[in-house]
Amino acid sequence: MTGMSGGGEAWPALLPEALLLLGAVGGLLLGLWTPQQRQWRVRLLVTAACLASAVAAAIALPEPAERVFEGTWVVDTTTGVVRLVVALGVAVLVWLAAPSVAGHPRETEAYVLMLLGALGTIGLAASGDLLLLVAAYLLASVPLYALAGFAKDSAGTEATMKYYLMGAFVGVLLLVGVAALVLASGTTGYLELADLLPEASPALLALGVLGVLAGVAFKAGAVPVHFWVPDVTAGTTPPMAAYITTIPKIGAVAAAFRLVAEPFADLPLDVPLLVAVIATASMTLGNLAAFAQTDVLRLLAYSTVSQVGYLFMVVAVAARTDLAVPALAVYLAGYAVTNIGAFAAVAAAPAARTITDWATAVGRHRWIVVSLVVCLLGLVGTPPTAVFVGKLAVFTAAWDGALAWLVVVAAINTVASLFYYLRWIAPGFAGVPATPGGAEAATGSGARTAAGTAQRTEPVPVGVLHGAAVVSVLLGLGAGSWLAFALPS
Amino acid sequence: MLLTVVIFLPLLAAAVLLAAPRLGGRTAIGVWVAAAAADLALIGWMWWRFDPGSGTSGVVDGLAYEVDLQWIPTVDAGYHIGVDGLSLPLLALTGVLFLACAVYSLREPDRPRTYAALFLFLQTACLGTFASLDLILFFVFFDLTIVGMYFVIAGWGHGNARRSALKFFLYTFIGSLALLIGFIGLFLGSDERTFDMVALAENPPLADSPLAGGLVLLAIGLGLAVKTPLFPFHTWLPDAHTDAPAAGSAVLAGILLKLGTYGFVRIAMPILPDAWQRWAMVAVVVGVISVLWGAFVALAQTDVKRMIAYTSVNHMGYVLLGLGAAGLVASADEGARTVATVGAMYQMVSHGLLTGALFLLSGWLWSHGHTYAFDRWGGLARPAPVFAACLAIAAFGSLGLPGFSGFIAEFQVFTGALQATPIATVIAVVGILVTAGLFLLALQRLLTGDTTAPSEVPSDGDLPARADEQLSGGDGGAATAVRPRTVTRIRDLRGHEMAAIVPLLALALVLGLLPRVLLDVLEPAAAAVVELVAR
Repeated sequence: MTGMSGGGEAWPALLPEALLLLGAVGGLLLGLWTPQQRQWRVRLLVTAACLASAVAAAIALPEPAERVFEGTWVVDTTTGVVRLVVALGVAVLVWLAAPSVAGHPRETEAYVLMLLGALGTIGLAASGDLLLLVAAYLLASVPLYALAGFAKDSAGTEATMKYYLMGAFVGVLLLVGVAALVLASGTTGYLELADLLPEASPALLALGVLGVLAGVAFKAGAVPVHFWVPDVTAGTTPPMAAYITTIPKIGAVAAAFRLVAEPFADLPLDVPLLVAVIATASMTLGNLAAFAQTDVLRLLAYSTVSQVGYLFMVVAVAARTDLAVPALAVYLAGYAVTNIGAFAAVAAAPAARTITDWATAVGRHRWIVVSLVVCLLGLVGTPPTAVFVGKLAVFTAAWDGALAWLVVVAAINTVASLFYYLRWIAPGFAGVPATPGGAEAATGSGARTAAGTAQRTEPVPVGVLHGAAVVSVLLGLGAGSWLAFALPS
Repeated sequence: MLLTVVIFLPLLAAAVLLAAPRLGGRTAIGVWVAAAAADLALIGWMWWRFDPGSGTSGVVDGLAYEVDLQWIPTVDAGYHIGVDGLSLPLLALTGVLFLACAVYSLREPDRPRTYAALFLFLQTACLGTFASLDLILFFVFFDLTIVGMYFVIAGWGHGNARRSALKFFLYTFIGSLALLIGFIGLFLGSDERTFDMVALAENPPLADSPLAGGLVLLAIGLGLAVKTPLFPFHTWLPDAHTDAPAAGSAVLAGILLKLGTYGFVRIAMPILPDAWQRWAMVAVVVGVISVLWGAFVALAQTDVKRMIAYTSVNHMGYVLLGLGAAGLVASADEGARTVATVGAMYQMVSHGLLTGALFLLSGWLWSHGHTYAFDRWGGLARPAPVFAACLAIAAFGSLGLPGFSGFIAEFQVFTGALQATPIATVIAVVGILVTAGLFLLALQRLLTGDTTAPSEVPSDGDLPARADEQLSGGDGGAATAVRPRTVTRIRDLRGHEMAAIVPLLALALVLGLLPRVLLDVLEPAAAAVVELVAR
């Protein structure tokens, strides 16, 4: 499984990350020499870097797994999928954010921070060493604090403050956990830890496992360290909320997956049970809290908390079944696409905060509603969207990993989640005026008719929304072909 | 390939309708009718070319028009479709009923383009469910029918449509998730780890672990029971029906309920034969309770549509009685069990035709008075003789009068089940009596006596004024009306409504008089199911 290598020859394995870093540094330099009105150049450069990174990641995806730089950086299927999803996701999110940051004095910085956060996310997914995990945690956190408060309004500042304090606190827990594990084993590499930890003292192990899992759970926004999610999501702008609730979560879940699959695989503690409890709590509390929300952003925030619960199901069985890796890959990709789509729907009507406002704002743009329905039902797990395939794979993997009760809990939660998604779908759908004859003629693509109507919707997010809906369905329908590409057996 | 075309032709038409926003409402409905007719013609061609075989054929062999493509290779789920004697009659029923709904909705005034697109989408989902030979594919289509029906009820329903639609969605979604859990159990329990129904039926999973098999059957049975619906999971049905538009109700009762019962025959029985045998008595008991409960509660209804909805619960109970009896291997010979299974399948087709017609007829009441309450209507035979005749035929067919398809179905169910469970069968026959009584009572209330009709149309803000209310002419023959001002509005079934309802009744009559047409197709497949269950 592992081809250990160190030194110079390993650099090509890091090409996707290098391209992202190049994009970040290049974007910063280009921004310095670009007039404020022309900063779209930076956006182009950043997008190009992301796409190049995605292409590099796609080319590297079918390669056999390897561990480079003395086993600290793992390049395998999970890393590959995260690289691909994160790079493509950031490329889209940069454009989603463009309307709200264009012409802003710190426009370049926004794009560069988004790239750096993406780099940290990939680092979380790829790290095969506890110290690298800590470094990636910081790199995936610090840029996000700045992004959360980018608008510098009171809600954003408060959200940033909460996010930062909580991040700092959990960062300490993570460090304590890492310290405990190092104390128990004397090493930081995952492979050595996997060998040495089973013999270590259980108390030290418990402290270490809890601390490290707290760190990744915070980045993933899982219960009990999810308190920042709704406030940050509702406090910042919709595109930034989309970024914060999508990108770092992907890396954090992948990091948790790797931790449970490798160093925590044979511990005397029941780590899968612990993760299963986190998953149960996340999906249940996320759903319960989402019930009463009338603010679309808060509703989506709690929905992401519950989605993390489903993702943690596969983390729980990471070491127990062969079905876990494909399940994680499908769910991560499906979640990213669908979640970006749902937030794009909010960004399409930036003035609307409540469900009713939103339904009024999109009014007659029936295609926006159709795409939103596809995305939201996608989050529920309605076939044939990508999240459905993901959920199917996750449920199967969890049951195969002897956690059948978790599957039942998740199924009940899925039904519960339907309730609040429908609270948004129903007004959106029925809000279309039912004037006979006239309604039929007036509907058209939202993107095209947006300029001509009083109910203003932003064209770029609408495009992203439609794109996400289509990709979500295509990913679901084409699950076989792209899985065959990502997972050469 | 032909089957794929049959399944996706309606979806293609729906996409065309959505992509052409300038299309007029009438043209859109025209496209719908044309697509549904073309689809039915293709299904007819498939029926014509289909060789039902003799002896036992179907489920695991003798599958026609088979297509098997990889979809999700990591869990061995594929696009596997095919036709046998179980699915072909239901595919044909789907084609017929959707065409009838299209014709019936010819003058739909409210957003006709979207309405047509939704129904075409639903048709694809229903056809796909019946043709699926892969559990995941089955689930995909099964779930999509829920989504489609939700929007039909929420968007075009009346009364408390939003609430009813939500209730429908939540209930059936719970059912579908239970189903999904059961499917995952089958997958993990099978030797070769597959979702393929044919492979699973050939080599049934969980045969050596009765507890796991029972639990998986419980999950699958729960999911299908909600959809069917069986007592005590039927409570979503009356609300959904009452508030759905007439065509939506017809599809909901005629096709969507069959997804549940079809699931029992196609999935639960052949794939879990051991567990089905063990728990067959539960199916029988639940079936008999549904028969009685549906009949007696229907008797107590004051609302025409709710009454018809509860008779659906009653009729689906007979199906379960037949299928349960087919699992009682020890107490009945193979011939009796086959007859019971054939009867259950026959009942599905028969109920689809007759209840579809009944719901379309109830739409006439709504369009003329915006109420289904029994006490607001009376003496309709005089001003609307064609409506009265159609209602009478549908009611008599539905109560199981000889000469109609319902009789053939129920007769076979009872004959087949009598040997296996004499007591349950005798109790279930009581249901027939109650149903006969309630249908006669309904006919009496609606058709005979002095002509009464709702005096004013209740103000219903959600609904746009119907075209026919402005157009209402005085050709109803209202000479003896009690309240002349309103009764002049009563006009008989219009041409397109008749064109939708009469063929359904005619088909029910044909299947009642010439049952061999359908039996030739059903019997080999039913024999195959019975043989598989008896393993």
